[in-house]
Amino acid sequence: MSLYYLQKFLYVLNRDEGAQKKYQNDLEALLGDFDLTDEEADALRKGDIGLLYVLGVNGQILMHYAAFLGIEWFDYLDMMRKGIEEHGPVRAGVYTMTGEGESFTEEEKSR
Amino acid sequence: MSLVYAGVCSHAPGITGRADLCENTEKRDEFYAQLDKQRQDIEDSGAEALIVVAAEHFANFFMNNMPAFCIGIGAEYQGPIEDPEWLKISKTAVPGAPDLGTRITREVMQTVDVAYAEEWKFDHGIMVPLNFLTPNYDLPIIPVNINCQGPPLTPLHRAWEFGLALRRSCDAVPEKVALVGTGGVSHWPATPDSGKINEEWDRRFLGQLMRQDKEAVLGYSDQETYAQAGQGGYEIRTYIATAAAAGGLGELQFYTAELPIFAVGVTVGRFDIAA
Ligand SMILES: [Fe+2]
Repeated sequence: MSLYYLQKFLYVLNRDEGAQKKYQNDLEALLGDFDLTDEEADALRKGDIGLLYVLGVNGQILMHYAAFLGIEWFDYLDMMRKGIEEHGPVRAGVYTMTGEGESFTEEEKSR
Repeated sequence: MSLVYAGVCSHAPGITGRADLCENTEKRDEFYAQLDKQRQDIEDSGAEALIVVAAEHFANFFMNNMPAFCIGIGAEYQGPIEDPEWLKISKTAVPGAPDLGTRITREVMQTVDVAYAEEWKFDHGIMVPLNFLTPNYDLPIIPVNINCQGPPLTPLHRAWEFGLALRRSCDAVPEKVALVGTGGVSHWPATPDSGKINEEWDRRFLGQLMRQDKEAVLGYSDQETYAQAGQGGYEIRTYIATAAAAGGLGELQFYTAELPIFAVGVTVGRFDIAA
């Protein structure tokens, strides 16, 4: 059930500049506004893209969150792959990894 | 007066955001040129407003209250919600068309239970197309959303009916209205598979769409689409609504699977407006 509020946290953060300020200035208060498990709150404290991905956060809001954190594109893709390495396959939702984590772009391969 | 233009285009955030990372600059620029042609076609149509049938990504509509369809009737919109550095599109105000949007909504409601919204923050799903199609943000926009993001999704046959309803509503107003549907064919965006594209699936679907093969395009199950075209493939709903609104044969002006850095089979097309 809590995955809903984890995603709601990111939904609100991504679209609301007030929430973005609160995230920077008083993250604990913002986290307190949502019904999150300790694991979820901790993933948000650390900006743990890999774990959030595995927990089943919708890819689009996770992508926007990674952009908000200033994470470079290919680093963001790698963080999701490492999340799977560390925590196993995506546990919920439709943004699963279909292959073995290989890259689909020459730009990334030649990096 | 009527619907004066109907077309489709891709909206993936990489199209602007990763333009500089793209190594196949020749293909990229060919695509940008087609988008500019689409801009010109819209301008030449004399359109006084542009309906953007979009598949947004939890920027406004979330599982707390998810409409199958929504039409924007606000006076002004803000976008993008994303970090402008990341999307490479500056935050800006986009003019709406509250009066026209309201009249269109009223007419659509005769056959489809549509939600409406005076507030709407645009994400890449609308900002990327506008960046190319109305780069000066001087054409009033009527944003429209079809739920392609949070299952249970809007059924394809309802997206078709919604397209027909939009068409009837455009034909019922004195203004000239253009419509662009923006979605994806196969893609696996926002996953480690970003850049994966099923070209065969794309070309088959787009062929059916351009031929107005209603039975074929409405025949895709979500399970089949998910398996073969990824969760991004759910966005065919916007293309289906556009084909229904236009009613005429389509022309696929551009398609390539050779820009995987943009993370979608990149598409530009237009339809004849059937009488
Ligand atoms: Fe999309």
